[in-house]
Amino acid sequence: MKRDYLLFVLFTLVVLAAPCAFKGGYLLNVLVFMGINTMLAVALNLLLGFAGQISLGHASFFGLGAYFSGILSTTYGFNPWLTMLIAAVAVGLLAFGLGFPILKLKGHYLAMATLGFGIIVYIVFNETVALTGGPSGLSGIPNLRLGGILFDGDLKNYYLIWSFALVTMLLSINLAHSRIGRALRAIHDSEVASRVMGVNARLLKVQVFALSAIISAVAGSLYAHTMSFISPASFGFNFSVELVTMVIIGGLGSIFGSFLGAALLTMLPELLRVVQDYDIVVYGLLLIVMTMYMPKGLAGGIATLWRLLRPKKNGAIDHAQG
Amino acid sequence: MDLLQQLTQYAFSGLSTGAIYALIGLGFAIIYNATGIINFAQGEFVMLGGMLTYFFQTVVKFPAVPAMLLAVMTATALGAAFERLTIRPLKRPTPLSLVIITIGGSIFIRGISMLIWGKDTHSLPPFSGSEPLTLAGATIMPQHLWIFGITLMVIAANKFFFYFTISGKAMRACSFNRTAASLVGIDVRKMVLLSFAISSAMGAMAGIIIAPLTMTSYDVGVMLGLKGFCAAIIGGMSSGFGTVLGGLLLGLLESFGAGLISSGYKDAIAFIILLLILFIRPQGLFSKAQTERV
Repeated sequence: MKRDYLLFVLFTLVVLAAPCAFKGGYLLNVLVFMGINTMLAVALNLLLGFAGQISLGHASFFGLGAYFSGILSTTYGFNPWLTMLIAAVAVGLLAFGLGFPILKLKGHYLAMATLGFGIIVYIVFNETVALTGGPSGLSGIPNLRLGGILFDGDLKNYYLIWSFALVTMLLSINLAHSRIGRALRAIHDSEVASRVMGVNARLLKVQVFALSAIISAVAGSLYAHTMSFISPASFGFNFSVELVTMVIIGGLGSIFGSFLGAALLTMLPELLRVVQDYDIVVYGLLLIVMTMYMPKGLAGGIATLWRLLRPKKNGAIDHAQG
Repeated sequence: MDLLQQLTQYAFSGLSTGAIYALIGLGFAIIYNATGIINFAQGEFVMLGGMLTYFFQTVVKFPAVPAMLLAVMTATALGAAFERLTIRPLKRPTPLSLVIITIGGSIFIRGISMLIWGKDTHSLPPFSGSEPLTLAGATIMPQHLWIFGITLMVIAANKFFFYFTISGKAMRACSFNRTAASLVGIDVRKMVLLSFAISSAMGAMAGIIIAPLTMTSYDVGVMLGLKGFCAAIIGGMSSGFGTVLGGLLLGLLESFGAGLISSGYKDAIAFIILLLILFIRPQGLFSKAQTERV
């Protein structure tokens, strides 16, 4: 437990210092995306890694957050911070209401239902042209402003996005170590057993689903206000799968793992730029190979490697923890 | 009279796309019943059917029938290879890992197809002429008749296989109880492989017969696969008439919805039905409730 917080403090220092190493605007821009993806991956990990409930429609919550913020601030002239709040509340309520019937489903059925929901939302984004601008998107979304600072440059956006991402990570670490985190892991292992132990599994699953959706919506609002332009293509089925890939590659149930997964998948298209279009093949292969041979993801792999390399003097304690 | 003609037209096109959904749905159901797996890559084999036929017919310049046969055979082999390479080596399969692996497989197949055949949409010539026929005031293409005929044939062959052959009966035994099936000497792993082969073949056939009407490209599999899954859900995951009825019902609702309400929301209709059925009657429209397995 202490180790997680220590790691978090170190991680925060690295994040704060990182822009000094990257002077170029382009790389900083990639790091901004990485922050948004980290938020999304951590949010999905709460649901997928802790509660063990899959969602193949999480891009829709991200998209709903972005569109709520975008439409309210652009078309109706609301303050961007207010629209962010409205988006979070609205998406939270929607997810809470949707959660009860949808989380009654399990396994494949849950996967298909969330996928179906995601596609319906995607179609609505495309078809309600008067509201969303349809497939050609919504532009001219105002930047956020805090006091005298207008968040319009890469460096300012970097600190804005990453402060949200760090808060999300800290919140999730706290949640993981709380009573709720333990109850969620119990649901993951066996829902029936957890209910026998007095966990209100149904309500808890819905609450985590809503929390995860709210964080995704906030990430969506941030995305809309930093990019100033959104279009449905960013919030489709492919992005939902990409989010699941981040969580799986990083490691189910590991907050720092989600960062690793998000970092890898944000960098991958940049690294594969030379061989454009190969990224989809690599995603597919990564999903298969990681699930087959490294089910605990990068975080699990690093932990195993660490244990192998460490001197064996406290092997017995390790075993007890394992 | 005009409206009636229009409605007949919608009904015909609905039934023919519905027949396709039924075929794809049956593929889902066959694998699910033999293994308990929902194969998210099912739609990609539908795409492969169309794209491989295009490849053999237009690029390699084979005559139509051998090209289609080769396409079905290749897709079947790929389906079997997919099971052998990704599903069987799993040590402790969980529903979550199976969902993720089949999604990974689906993305991988789609990506490879895109690299081989590009992002363009390709058309296939209809099986027999493009002279429309008039039936009950509606015009239908000969291809529609091919779709009905081939779908009926495949369903009949399917029925025959599952009820009158040793392998088919063995697969049914697996779907009732895998442990008991293996106790009486049925090679369960072989049956799992066979179920993947059969459903890939059926998917590929669906992809071939619809390609002349709707064109084909590397990414048609996602939607077709999902619609097929809807059909199977409506039918309660039965590998028989439930899913066929489900497919036809879905095709009709989509076609009428697109014609009478809005064509932009055509795809949304299928998913709204999917959600409603999962929420209200997860056991499907035509089957009795079963006790949940914990």
